[in-house]
Amino acid sequence: MLTIDAKGIYYRDLNNKVREAVAKGEKEIFLKNINGQYYIGDGLRGDVKITIEGVPGNDLAAFMDGPTIIIKNNAQDNIANTMNSGKVIVHGDAGDVLGYGMRGGKLHIRGNVGYRVGIHMKGYKKQNPIIIAGGKAGDFFGEYMAGGVLILLGLDGDNKRPLVGDYLGTGMHGGVIFIRGDVDKKGCGAEVGITDLNEEDKKFLKEHLEDYCKDFNLKTEDIMKSGFKKLTPASLRPYGNLYAY
Amino acid sequence: MFKSLAVPEFLAKIDPVKCIRCKRCIQNCGWSVYSWGGDKVLIDTFKCVKCLRCYHYCPEEAITIEDNPVIYRNNANWGYNHIRNIKRQAETGGIPLTGMGSDLPYPILFDHLLIDACQVTNPSIDPLREPMELRTYLGKKPARLEFDKGPDGKLRLKTKMPPQIKLEMPFIFAPMSYGSISLNAQKTIAMAAKELGIVMNTGEGGLHEEIYPYRSNVIVQVASGRFGVNPDYLNAGVAVEIKIGQGAKPGIGGHLPGEKIPLDIAKTRMIPVGTDALSPAPQHDIYSIEDLRQLIYALKEATNYTKPVSVKIAAVHNVAAIASGIVRAGADIVYIDGFRGGTGAAPVIIRDHLGIPIEHAIAAVDDRLRQEGIRNEASIIAAGGIRSSADAAKAIALGADAVALGTSALITMGCTVCGKCYTGNCSWGITTQRPELTVRLDPEVYAERLINLIHAWSHELKEILGALGVNAIESLRGSRERLRGVGLDSQTLDILGVKPAGR
Amino acid sequence: MNHNFQKDISGCGLVGIINRDGKRISGSFACNSLCLMNDRGNGLGAGYAAYGIYPEYKDLYAFHIMYDELGAKTDTEEYLKKNYHIEKKEPMPTASVPTIKIHPIIWRYFIKPLPEKAERELANLGDDDFVVHTVMKINSEIDGAYVFSSGKNMGAFKGVGMPIEIARFFRLEEYEGYIWTAHTRFPTNTPGWWGGAHPFTLLDWSIVHNGEISSYGINKRYLEMYGYKLTLLTDTEVVAYLFDLMVRKHGLDTATACTVLAAPFWKRIDDMPEDEKEAMTALRMVYGSALMNGPFSILFGHSKGLVGFNDRIKLRPLMAATKGKTVYMASEESAIREICPSPEKVWAPRAGEPVIVELEDSR
Repeated sequence: MLTIDAKGIYYRDLNNKVREAVAKGEKEIFLKNINGQYYIGDGLRGDVKITIEGVPGNDLAAFMDGPTIIIKNNAQDNIANTMNSGKVIVHGDAGDVLGYGMRGGKLHIRGNVGYRVGIHMKGYKKQNPIIIAGGKAGDFFGEYMAGGVLILLGLDGDNKRPLVGDYLGTGMHGGVIFIRGDVDKKGCGAEVGITDLNEEDKKFLKEHLEDYCKDFNLKTEDIMKSGFKKLTPASLRPYGNLYAY
Repeated sequence: MFKSLAVPEFLAKIDPVKCIRCKRCIQNCGWSVYSWGGDKVLIDTFKCVKCLRCYHYCPEEAITIEDNPVIYRNNANWGYNHIRNIKRQAETGGIPLTGMGSDLPYPILFDHLLIDACQVTNPSIDPLREPMELRTYLGKKPARLEFDKGPDGKLRLKTKMPPQIKLEMPFIFAPMSYGSISLNAQKTIAMAAKELGIVMNTGEGGLHEEIYPYRSNVIVQVASGRFGVNPDYLNAGVAVEIKIGQGAKPGIGGHLPGEKIPLDIAKTRMIPVGTDALSPAPQHDIYSIEDLRQLIYALKEATNYTKPVSVKIAAVHNVAAIASGIVRAGADIVYIDGFRGGTGAAPVIIRDHLGIPIEHAIAAVDDRLRQEGIRNEASIIAAGGIRSSADAAKAIALGADAVALGTSALITMGCTVCGKCYTGNCSWGITTQRPELTVRLDPEVYAERLINLIHAWSHELKEILGALGVNAIESLRGSRERLRGVGLDSQTLDILGVKPAGR
Repeated sequence: MNHNFQKDISGCGLVGIINRDGKRISGSFACNSLCLMNDRGNGLGAGYAAYGIYPEYKDLYAFHIMYDELGAKTDTEEYLKKNYHIEKKEPMPTASVPTIKIHPIIWRYFIKPLPEKAERELANLGDDDFVVHTVMKINSEIDGAYVFSSGKNMGAFKGVGMPIEIARFFRLEEYEGYIWTAHTRFPTNTPGWWGGAHPFTLLDWSIVHNGEISSYGINKRYLEMYGYKLTLLTDTEVVAYLFDLMVRKHGLDTATACTVLAAPFWKRIDDMPEDEKEAMTALRMVYGSALMNGPFSILFGHSKGLVGFNDRIKLRPLMAATKGKTVYMASEESAIREICPSPEKVWAPRAGEPVIVELEDSR
């Protein structure tokens, strides 16, 4: 395992070191004293596990293709931006615009997430990106969603804040969102259909939650005790009638 | 359902005497204007867009397409467009869509600028026999260079040059996505770009595997929809472009209608078949200039600083300040798309009323970057209404490094600028995904035509340079002293930095 | 950045002489050579620059300044007094020439910028930079004042008239220099302004030049980005500032600067060995706006040498010759032979290839 003390190192030099180490075949990297360095794992490929101590900067795992990144603390904005494959695990909270245009891989967050999470996620056959957030989420959760899976658990936290913000799934035309708890139709985009889970959904959900629970030492059964709602696009062409031809 | 009260724009007519009932018009029309009535061809003229496919493919010259004389009563204020759009909107409640650049008669400044020529005090140069250089490099240039002397006494470069795109002539093909245009159309452009030593741009629809062989002549685009963007894609081409906006529809997102999303497009874009492909109006990771910097460097990190990053914006009112910010954010190329720029689909109301023309934008941006002392930090690509090599020369003299060609490239493939790209019915096989239509566009055949066009324009550009008495394109670039305005007011001249003719 | 200017256009003949041992030559030689080419000018401008003429003040900047009226002199001197130590000032020695009826007031000053801690403007600028600033300021801001030259141990003498008239007016036979450049001018109209004649100088650069630069428009805008104020609107001014930018500010050597101004064609660059190709490609990419396109031959003098070169497709003439330690350059061979009848070697430099002559004992 390679340990890099990132204290005071600018992102360009840090990421260069990481790229070089991965190119040399390093399988495990520990980054300590991280604080705010952008682009960790940006465009990175290969079978490598990076563990981060500290709060990493924006665009972590952007365009990433394969590696696993574990963040022991909170994380900032734009994690897993257009990520292709791999896994990001955040033990704390994370910020806005997570998984923008995400194409594959997993993003597991233990805590709350911000605004515009999982917007414009994609999906095609095996490429099926998954974001699971343990806490609550802000507005525009799953906006323009075209594929993939969003799961919001609302496990803990105060009751002052709603489980999920307004404009949930607005413009959704593909993919699926699972929310643990009730969903108010008024808070959803007009393009969203809300249903209960069938057996197949439950099986699917359980499978993904088991992986999530393993990452955070949680119990799947506890989480599955409460009911989920499933959100899917009501139409493939939500804006089909908007235009005069 | 009542019959539409919007009168047809064109009347398709078949001379019954000349017609030999071969039915080629029926086969060729992508809009189903023609059908077989048992003994003659029936015509639904409401569907005709005057793309002239049937006219060209009628062996007997039996077809004529006329402008409908039964247009609304002549009125300088309430024109045909206004009345027709109101009727269509009353019938559908929708936003009228259109394709191509604005067709409204806004002043075109290119047509009010004239180019200088040498007489006596300095000589013109004969471009056919003396050297004439069009080579252009796009990318960040350091303000100065440092050299060492090699053992042979020759210069050795000490400064590390940032990555550049090499163009054999100052033209590039404008971004047109796989989806908005057919794969055959994109392949045609890619083949031409490779042969010419210039570049094409994927647009935001990703990179189809059949375009990969042309990757050293491709700029890959990252737009708000993030279609087809993965590390392979980012590293596939010679540069990465962030698309913020488009001249025909500044400030609004893209909308590729479900009619144009068959399986193959769905696969490349990773979205469901038949859905509308939506590109958000903003890039949702860019809400401010520092966010642009963040994305620029995210792309540079992902490509290990080996590719120039271009930022494409629509020409809007504050374009100079915006461009300056883009350069300061680290972009290597600023691509400015003027008001008259083309589109595959845009609301008419947006296309015809938002933005500013490219001529003003180039002048303002080039001036501002010079005032700030950062003109060397980025190249400028000008786009949006380049119709000829003269437009290109004028754009370059105003300050552009290269110009981008979209519509003109499509015209070489048969396009007649009918403006119906958004329907997916293009009879020429260009802006459609219907296999029976796209098969008509043979990339081998049409690439040659496109190559012909660019060769012809390059020759014309060399003639212009020769008349100007210079033998390298960099001596025209930004040399506004070689332009004069005719019929322009003094404020416009001031903005363009051009003297009136006679001065 | 003002685009609304009227560019000055002219043709001409030029002469350059340098003694590589630093032996000084009388101004009459330069004059005699130039006068042979009277048909290349039209009497509307002639001038000379000479190096080594003020050995007694060689550490001071010698300012030759012309004034249209006394008010301009007052303003200029007030500025100089505030910012410079003035060792000596005097009217330029002149002689009466019957054909020169009107001429500006011309003075010369031997000065140096006040030390950095003093109350002078822009105290953080080095001496050379501050002198450039001063020249730009006087030329662009003080109406009716114009700096002919501002270098050390050198000076420019120029005006409206035939070469012989200007030489007599300035009593050039009384000066001796180790480098001379000279110029006779053929402007296409009659500005009648003494400042417009060549040589054009800045610090110890001096330029004489033949031909109209077709790329003037972009060369000017390129220089403006680096803070140069182009007040004269002549090609010559552009050449001088381009040299100043590349040699003094960017640290390129003279030969490399000449390569920028008359760059090799891509066709030649593409055939070069990889290292050289890389260097030349970068040079053209970065300095493309400094390429001087169109016809020119140029003599570029500085305190340590003389450079002559012409454009990359040789649209203007340039001849060179040597005899002993003296090198001659001129628009026509005959102009050289007029003062050096039997040179050891005479040649026509190739397009874009500079003839670089440096003093053997660079002082």
